[in-house]
Amino acid sequence: MCDTCGCEGDSPVTYNKPNEEHSHDEKNEHSHEHPHHEHPHHHDHADKHHSHDHKHEHGHSHGKEMKIEQNILTKNNSLAERNRGYFEAKNIFALNLVSSPGSGKTSLLERTLKDIGQDLNFYVVEGDQQTMNDANRIAALKVPVIQINTGNGCHLDAEMVNKAVKQLNVANDAVLVIENVGNLVCPSLFDLGESKRVVVISVTEGDDKPIKYPTMFHSADICIINKIDLLPYVDFDVEKAKNYASSVNHHLKFFEVSVKTGEGMSAWYAWLKDTQQH
Amino acid sequence: MHELSIATSIIEIAEEFAIKNKGANIIKIEIEVGELSGIVVDSLEFALELAIEKTVLERAKIIITTIKGMARCKQCGNEYVNSDWYTACPQCASMDFDITGGKELQIKSIFIE
Repeated sequence: MCDTCGCEGDSPVTYNKPNEEHSHDEKNEHSHEHPHHEHPHHHDHADKHHSHDHKHEHGHSHGKEMKIEQNILTKNNSLAERNRGYFEAKNIFALNLVSSPGSGKTSLLERTLKDIGQDLNFYVVEGDQQTMNDANRIAALKVPVIQINTGNGCHLDAEMVNKAVKQLNVANDAVLVIENVGNLVCPSLFDLGESKRVVVISVTEGDDKPIKYPTMFHSADICIINKIDLLPYVDFDVEKAKNYASSVNHHLKFFEVSVKTGEGMSAWYAWLKDTQQH
Repeated sequence: MHELSIATSIIEIAEEFAIKNKGANIIKIEIEVGELSGIVVDSLEFALELAIEKTVLERAKIIITTIKGMARCKQCGNEYVNSDWYTACPQCASMDFDITGGKELQIKSIFIE
C-alpha cells in the first residue's frame, strides 16, 4: 500500500482532495509504480475458442456438488449496506448521480451548490477515470470534495465510496452527492449505499434512452431531464422520454430543468430540501 | 466493462470457498445470469477467460446459464416473459407489473473433486 495516499499497491484507483500536496493527477507530483496486471500471453494452444474443459479429464466423475447460491454482488452489496448504515446514523442524505458522459451532472451539481449551498451542508465525491477537473470545479465553490480516479474502471463501487467518505469526514445532517463515472450501463449494478439514485439525461440525447438502457432507469429514483432550453432546436420529445422511462420504472419522479437558464431548478431544490429533512 | 468486476468477484468467492474447504480442487462452477441482471454473458465469458489464469478456477469448467426475465401483471395476474423491463402484459396490455425473475446473478454450485 502507498503510505502517502493509502491506495492499494495493486489497484489503480486513487483518492485526492484538491489543493493538497499529495496528488496523482496529470502533473504526477508523486510518482510511484502502480503495477497493472501482467498478462504473459502464453498462447500455446491452437484453438482460440476455449471450452474451459480442455485441460481437465475427469472421465466419468463429475465431482461432488456443493450448493452455493451466492449472489455474485454480495461483497459490494454488504459494503453498500454498511455505508447506508453509516449514512443513516449520521443522518447523511446521500445521492448517487449517474448519466452518460456530457448530460450535465457536474454542471447541475455546480449550479445546485451555488444556488442552495448556504441552505444545505453539501459534501461531494467525484468519480472519473482520470483528472482532478471535476473536483477542482467543486472545490472552487468552497465545498468539501474528494476525487476518485478509477483508472480503467467504468463505475464506482461501495468500497471506493467507503474509503472516500472516510477521508472526506462528512458532518452529521449533511447532503453527500456522489457523482458517478459517466456511463449508463455499469454503475447501475453497483449499490453505493445511497439514499436516492438520480439519473440525468439531456435533450441532446435520444428520447428513447430509457429503454435503451433500462437497467439504469429501473434502478433510479429520480430522473432529471436537463438542457430543456435547447428543446426548440432538437427533436427530443419530453413526453415520449418520460413515458419510456415510466414503462421501465413507474415509481420514477421527474424534473425538467435547464442548468444554464435555471428553469425548473426550484422544483429540484424544493425536493432536495424536503427529502433531506425526512 | 463491468463484467470484469463481476468475473473478479466470482473468482474471489471461489477462492474463499477453496480456503474454507481445505484447498478443495474446483472442477466445475455453475453460474446463473438473469436476462435483466445487466450482464452480457459473452462479455462475462471473455472476462472470466482472462481473469481465471493462475486462480482456483484455472482448470474449472465454467457453465453459465441464462435465466429468462419474467413479470407478473398486477392488474390481471398473468405471468409472462419480459426480457427488456418494458414489455406490457400480453393479456391485458397493462404496464403495471412486478419483475419476478431474470435479475439473478449468482453462483449456483461449485463441484469439487
